[in-house]
Amino acid sequence: MVERSHVTADGPGVGAIRISTALRRPAGRFGDRAFKFVIAGGALLVVSLMLVMAYELVRTSWPSLGRFGFNFIWSSEWDPVRLEFGALPFIYGTLVSSVLALVLAVPPSIGVAVFLVELSPGWLRGPVSFLGELLAAIPSVVYGLWGIFVLAPWMQQTVQPFLRSTLGFLPLFQGPAYGVGMLTAGIILAIMVTPFISSVTREVLAQVPKTQREAALALGATRWEMIRVAVLPYGRSGIVGACMLGLGRALGETMAVTMVIGNRPEVALSLFAPGYTMASVIANEFTEATHDLYLSTLIEIGLLLFVITLLVNILAWLLVWRAGRGTAAGARE
Amino acid sequence: MSRGRQKDKWSVRFWLVGIVTGATLLLAPQLQAEMLINGAGATFPYPIYSKWFSEYRNVDPSAKINYQSIGSGGGVRQIIARTVDFGASDAALSDAELKKAPGKLLHIPTVMGAVVVTYNLQGAGSGLKLTPAVIADIFLGKITRWNDKRLTKLNPTTPLPAADIIVVHRSDGSGTTGIFTNYLSSVSLEWKEKVGHGKSVRWPVGLGGKGNEGVAGQIRNTNGAIGYVELAYAEQNKLSYAAIQNQAGKFVEPSLKTTSAAAAGAAVAMPADFRISLVNQPGEDSYPIAGFTWILLYQQQQDCDRGQKVVEFLWWATHEGEKYAPELLYAPLPDEVVRMVEATLKTVTCNSRPLLASK
Repeated sequence: MVERSHVTADGPGVGAIRISTALRRPAGRFGDRAFKFVIAGGALLVVSLMLVMAYELVRTSWPSLGRFGFNFIWSSEWDPVRLEFGALPFIYGTLVSSVLALVLAVPPSIGVAVFLVELSPGWLRGPVSFLGELLAAIPSVVYGLWGIFVLAPWMQQTVQPFLRSTLGFLPLFQGPAYGVGMLTAGIILAIMVTPFISSVTREVLAQVPKTQREAALALGATRWEMIRVAVLPYGRSGIVGACMLGLGRALGETMAVTMVIGNRPEVALSLFAPGYTMASVIANEFTEATHDLYLSTLIEIGLLLFVITLLVNILAWLLVWRAGRGTAAGARE
Repeated sequence: MSRGRQKDKWSVRFWLVGIVTGATLLLAPQLQAEMLINGAGATFPYPIYSKWFSEYRNVDPSAKINYQSIGSGGGVRQIIARTVDFGASDAALSDAELKKAPGKLLHIPTVMGAVVVTYNLQGAGSGLKLTPAVIADIFLGKITRWNDKRLTKLNPTTPLPAADIIVVHRSDGSGTTGIFTNYLSSVSLEWKEKVGHGKSVRWPVGLGGKGNEGVAGQIRNTNGAIGYVELAYAEQNKLSYAAIQNQAGKFVEPSLKTTSAAAAGAAVAMPADFRISLVNQPGEDSYPIAGFTWILLYQQQQDCDRGQKVVEFLWWATHEGEKYAPELLYAPLPDEVVRMVEATLKTVTCNSRPLLASK
């Protein structure tokens, strides 16, 4: 904090001197132009990559688009033998498991971030954030195998019977306990996205100016009130962005999910029931799909996943924008 | 300053030239002698194929075979597009697929695999007896409890609990599922009409596990679960498996011997193109859920040198190579089938000249 205020005080003057010397040399202008060119090229590359991807997905899924049309999204039929395909169970499974993951992961992630920024003693901060970020480096197939051999049996023998006996009146927690299923997939995903959400949130909270905190404390706020009224609202747009990053990760996760979700293309209300996701069905069936229409259908699922991810990103952008406007207004008041 | 820089440049050039020359000298003899042969396809036979490729380097050091185990679907697509020298598939090509190929494709069986029905039932032990009709009804969801009369009648001495049967199947498209559903279609008319056979099907009941390990893991965790895995996987992991009644009415446990017996039983009626499913074959010892895995190649080769290497390798693999099969838990081809493979390999030509004239 002290360091930053130092920079802002002296920064412009020093910078201005450097820039003026740079401008005097012609090489500097050329360098600027080259830099601009490279940067613009990079940005253009990303955009064109997306366009090419979208074009390829539409082109290769054309036979399936023509054959099933919009019915593809509403149909639950998935029969590779008779070539009858519908994507509803996969869309449902992807959305439900990802939202479930977010619901489970966001509170602890924000908790971890708040603890690390506001409450943790200095010596603990480094090791805890390092270990947290290490979770993100574990390959997803390892999560999946842990899911089958450790998490699923525990779910089946302990968690699911407990949920059924306490919350069994809700349709969400009914039916036989297989261990694998939507709930288990949601939990695995939650563990996987937690490090992403918490580390981004931590960075966001660290950016909250000290004056915000001091002002709240000066008004007589307790520590908790200070976090609630000064820190979290200020970082709101960043936190929403962190959650959307986590959601994006959850939507596309393949290996870990397919190992614990039960892989049954059915729409079931109960979270104990097995489900299926879009990324999983592509990974499972793509390699052995010999029939053209079948292959094209799997690519169309990829296209749908692409569209859904795009929608989620737009939604995230809107939320961040709205949240950002909120804080700006709040700051002005 | 400037002289120093000059010197640096020269020493860099010197080293670069040195490295390039050295590398060329080292690699050149190998580059000249080696011929890279590309194959792609099934994952199921990959362990034995990679063993073959490395052993074959001792037989013919000039042939280097590169195999991508990307799945049968990819193997079939690549051989049809002629981007590989041979393809590999766990399922025989349909007539429609063969028509898409730009030339006549041959199926060469290499080894056989069997699919075992495995289960987790406390106190029941291995060797539960199952008839084809019972297996079909379990996987159709018509027999739902372990103490069903039809099961207790078959296994009067085994304690069968009043527990639900939980069916576990493969979720990923696989040759194992292909063989198993082929078997169910051949023994049950209802299965054939309702579900059919393929590498992925619409399962009437049950959970999907990814890969053999996914199915086995799910079964191990769940009392009352039943599913199917490859024989090799079941053996390596000491899973309990069922003895299945074959066409001759005998209850046969899966093993390499009973799998080879199935192929020998099929040899009598083997079509010339080897496109046959080995399920439910005649013979006292024949295990009923087995299948070939094939290598696909064109009868008319375009590149004579490469074609020559491929057929020579296949000849070696189906003769000397078969001895490596049992240790990797694949059933070797019975002699009757090897004789037929010999005849087929001799029909491979390049510029209308047979490539195996010497054999």
